[in-house]
Amino acid sequence: MPTTLDNWNPGKAENRHPEATYEEKERLFLEVKNDVRYKDFIYGCYECGICVSACPSARFYDFSPRVIAQAIAREDVERIYDIITEDIWNCAQCFSCVRCPRQNNPGGLVTILREVSLKNGLQESKDALQGYSRVIYKVMLKGNQVSPDMLQPDFFPDWGPWVQDFSQNMHVWRKAIPMDSIRGLTDVAWRTDRKTLLELYTIWFESGNMDIIKELDESLYDLLTEVMQEELEEG
Amino acid sequence: MTENLTTVEQILERKSHPVVRDASVAPTHDMHELLLELEAKGEIILQKVPEPYVEFTTKYGRKKKIPIEHTWHHKSCGHCGHIPGYASSILWLHRQFNLDYNDPTDQTSCTGWNYYASGASNAVGQAAVMSRNFAAAYETGYFPMIHCGTSFGHYKEIREQLVHHKELRDEVRRILDKMGKPLVIPEEIVHYSEWVYAMRDRFVERQLVDMSSITATVHPACHYYKIIAEDAIYDPEIYGGQRTAVVTALLEKLGINVADYSTWFDCCGFGFRHVLVQRDFTRSYAVLRKIETMINEANPDVTITHDTGCVTTLDKSQFAAKAHDRKVGVPVLSDAQVAALAMGAHPFRVVQFHWHSTDWRPFLEKLGINWQKYWDEFQGDLDQIRAGTKSGITWQDADQPINLTA
Repeated sequence: MPTTLDNWNPGKAENRHPEATYEEKERLFLEVKNDVRYKDFIYGCYECGICVSACPSARFYDFSPRVIAQAIAREDVERIYDIITEDIWNCAQCFSCVRCPRQNNPGGLVTILREVSLKNGLQESKDALQGYSRVIYKVMLKGNQVSPDMLQPDFFPDWGPWVQDFSQNMHVWRKAIPMDSIRGLTDVAWRTDRKTLLELYTIWFESGNMDIIKELDESLYDLLTEVMQEELEEG
Repeated sequence: MTENLTTVEQILERKSHPVVRDASVAPTHDMHELLLELEAKGEIILQKVPEPYVEFTTKYGRKKKIPIEHTWHHKSCGHCGHIPGYASSILWLHRQFNLDYNDPTDQTSCTGWNYYASGASNAVGQAAVMSRNFAAAYETGYFPMIHCGTSFGHYKEIREQLVHHKELRDEVRRILDKMGKPLVIPEEIVHYSEWVYAMRDRFVERQLVDMSSITATVHPACHYYKIIAEDAIYDPEIYGGQRTAVVTALLEKLGINVADYSTWFDCCGFGFRHVLVQRDFTRSYAVLRKIETMINEANPDVTITHDTGCVTTLDKSQFAAKAHDRKVGVPVLSDAQVAALAMGAHPFRVVQFHWHSTDWRPFLEKLGINWQKYWDEFQGDLDQIRAGTKSGITWQDADQPINLTA
């Protein structure tokens, strides 16, 4: 159930998710609290609502950066679990909320909450990222978030007939760009050296990034690991 | 004089004057001193801004150095993948002044879009990606210039984290050691729109297209001025110093009428994850809170912004809204594209209008540009490419400015 004006309880939240034990919820919160950035992102809350008034997601969803800041400032374990399972994927990550006069960073807290949720394989996060795996594959393997060949009419029907026009002309349009680093490329945004990509793969393995992918999508993990390890072994 | 005024009157009185900035009373801590300390301890290499540079005032009064040339162009996935005229306009502007630049292939995405969308990374991974890119720039001797607003904001936040957390620095250094790279932090993290701001007077000296008939709205990019807000450029001449000066200062210099609208602070609706897999939010927000408000309050010929996601979101979200009879039809460009067009860049070889979907033809017609003539010329290029008689468009084809309104 999303947090709304009707069900919002200014005291500690009740247990709305009995499927998880309190100890499990507390363990997740402690993971959040132990993140190196945690103390930089929360200083308390005046309840002034400036973050909510600036928040695009608060206009569109039952979502409140103020509730997130308050729940974390109070270390309200039950409420934080509600937020992890119900709210975090609605945040637009624009960081309009950092207007906060206490210098809280609710958007940054959401980032940590998302990371902890993924690392612990919460189903709600897997659901929110359905259809997103191809982007993770692209960015981790190619070093680019998006590429021209991702603009397909089936994926972007709401962008109108332009997408159809584009996909029919993509190869020739890409050759008609004066920049040497991007001319002619359709499967990546720009040309990246092989050495650069090997260094990127090293970062993914060494930083613990692959552990997160394993929890999120095991088949994506297997695919990425196989390709990247093969490339690294070839050197 | 102000002691007899009410609190509200005092605020209004203060806001009726340009903001006076005094870095010594800034409400946030400037971490540049800590950077120098880390450099002195040998923990980091601090890459200095190369000369020539220009200094501008930031939000709370600190002077920020903006390099004019010898820059390493940290490209944007969204620009290069989906709006290539954005990136080519930035480089075309450099080429017009024979400014030395490096367009590297030893660069990855900052991967910030993915991180903000999915959370599928961590602080160490993100800091290592940034540091690898900065080390790659340092190895060339060129200074990073960041094209993407999100990369710019993300890197500034990571820089803060690196400066304040030794354990993070140690972990990033351990990873960089495996590549034989040092931990390099640039003295300034520079967004290309700050360079555009620095160059605006020189652009006007070469302006070929009269833009005084145009009314534009400005969408300031969230990740430019909201993340590490104290690092964005502010100017008392622009909005009395109450909002960031980049973009607007350029447009005013080019003779464009910049019209205000009430939702200027709102984000575009990009949402990172939303724009890729949950666009009902993105479309609704972009149209209802931004485009329709702009039309109702300012009726602009164009809206101008300075980030990847903002151009994409505001442009591509307008088509579907037609089905709901919403007010749409405002073309969307970046500041670099407008500057290039003003200086006679080819609308298709350089500015690449054909990658934009909201109808841009009325905007070009209002400027007196016969777009059909240049489109036909570009079609000739494409025919040659299809026939195999031309491998592609090069700078040799695109460098020469054109008197577009002749």
